[in-house]
Amino acid sequence: MRNGIDRRTFLKGAGLLGAAAALPMGLVEIVWGKAPDQKFTFAYISDAHLTHIKGTEFVQNFDKGLRKAVFEVNFLDPQPDFVVFGGDLAQLGKKEEIDHGREIMKELTTPVKWVMGEHDYYLDLGEYWRKNFGPDHYSFDHKGVHFVVLNSILTDDYWTHEKWPTAEERMHQMARLDNPHGSPFMVKDAQRAWLKNDLAKISKDTPLVVLSHSPLYKVFKPWNFWTDDAEKVQALLKPFRQVTVFHGHVHQVLYNQIGHISFNAFMSTAWPWPYPVSYSQKPNKIPDITVFMNRADPFKERDGTGWGHIDIAGRNGFAHHYGLWENTPRTVEKDARMAHPSDTKYQDPKDRIPPQTRY
Amino acid sequence: MRNVFIGALVVALLACWQTPVRSDEYTREDLKKWDDAYRYMVKEGEKWFHSGALGGNSVSCDMCHPNASDTHPETYPKFQKQLGKVVGLRDMINWCIQNPEQGKVLAADDPKMIALEAYITWERRGVKLAPGKH
Ligand code: HEC
Ligand SMILES: [Fe+2]
Ligand SMILES: [Fe+2]
Repeated sequence: MRNGIDRRTFLKGAGLLGAAAALPMGLVEIVWGKAPDQKFTFAYISDAHLTHIKGTEFVQNFDKGLRKAVFEVNFLDPQPDFVVFGGDLAQLGKKEEIDHGREIMKELTTPVKWVMGEHDYYLDLGEYWRKNFGPDHYSFDHKGVHFVVLNSILTDDYWTHEKWPTAEERMHQMARLDNPHGSPFMVKDAQRAWLKNDLAKISKDTPLVVLSHSPLYKVFKPWNFWTDDAEKVQALLKPFRQVTVFHGHVHQVLYNQIGHISFNAFMSTAWPWPYPVSYSQKPNKIPDITVFMNRADPFKERDGTGWGHIDIAGRNGFAHHYGLWENTPRTVEKDARMAHPSDTKYQDPKDRIPPQTRY
Repeated sequence: MRNVFIGALVVALLACWQTPVRSDEYTREDLKKWDDAYRYMVKEGEKWFHSGALGGNSVSCDMCHPNASDTHPETYPKFQKQLGKVVGLRDMINWCIQNPEQGKVLAADDPKMIALEAYITWERRGVKLAPGKH
């Protein structure tokens, strides 16, 4: 990857140098095996958690995050081919929140691919979201890459349909990350059958990119950094030679490799989450290869948040450029020669810095 | 006559000790009562920690600190670089109430503050004290 990729030019004019300092290097460029001119870039924005207070009032902090990301994505030059929204546009699934998010996202000059998050879903089971943004699982082909979008935040039928007296109560329960009465995320049978069918039409050497909200592997069940039927989904992806999964939900730098499937998390524009290693009471399966993001400074509202862009390039390759506001940008990349995704600067333990120690 | 005398003596002794039981002798029932009182405060703290009503904008602590993670109660008092001095856990609790949550600070002896401290330290039980650690 290091050789194949030119750093994108982010600025349209020299007059924007001031803004340059604030711009994150967040694009992800993916270059796939078939032909070098297949290289392209998509950007992502994720986990905005727009929170309605009352009337026309929203939590300013989270509004600022989404607006800043939209503004900066529009300044990427060249423009990314599209923008992925990684889920959790809303905080409590309210119409006000989805409307507000749609209006802010409308400012983007490139098309958006939408992923459903649990905060968008558990009030009306995704009805208003789908009315605005379309189906919650679908696939599309782009420059030789097959993209699949899954709704990975479904759960148990009893929990969804019977356990709670009202839809609002159900939403509140699911919105609490550390809820002992929560329920694990799943893709579920119907969507897995759809996926199997969708992939049956694709040749096994086609590069595959899967977009989901929760990680399609198991990290930490108590916070739903977890998809309960992950192994079954992975089994469907396994026959393909080049597979990369990008997901939201965890609000942190997180990457993993299982077999030849690479996993990579999106940043949130709203707030960063602690790593499960910081909760001392329960064991976790945080991937050893992840170099943690720096501890955030709560005195800086946007620290620990951001957006990113992904270059797709080369055989089984990608370069994920994390735009970390108030923080040094990072790049995590993977190509065919590498056993797993790696940070370009900090991967070697001797290159790590004190703020990356989490406890 | 003799029994009456001893009885009077016992009454006098009891009166000057104030309590009928020696102070180092407490019962299982006492322990249970004290533990219940403590657990009640942990529950209260859990409630406030997960409540949008502590601040002014409906944001709650658990949104950024699930299970009170990343609050590091075992490290306080410690130097807080942003405040430029050594502060206690409650100072950072108050800071997070004022800032991300746009709320009003709690007094040090406010039952809500005690409850938050009880919950935060309960979720961190078993972790070695590390005063001063950043
Ligand atoms: C919008 C996100 C956000 C909210 C809401 C929030 N905090 Fe924080 N808080 C942070 C971040 C980020 C840190 C820095 C964590 C670190 O040092 O790794 C922090 C630090 C702290 C610390 C100090 C930890 C340390 O080691 O320096 C305490 C204590 C704390 N928060 C308590 C609370 C309490 C109590 C609430 C609710 C009243 C709350 N926070 C709400 C983001 C938040
Ligand atoms: Fe989220
Ligand atoms: Fe989520």
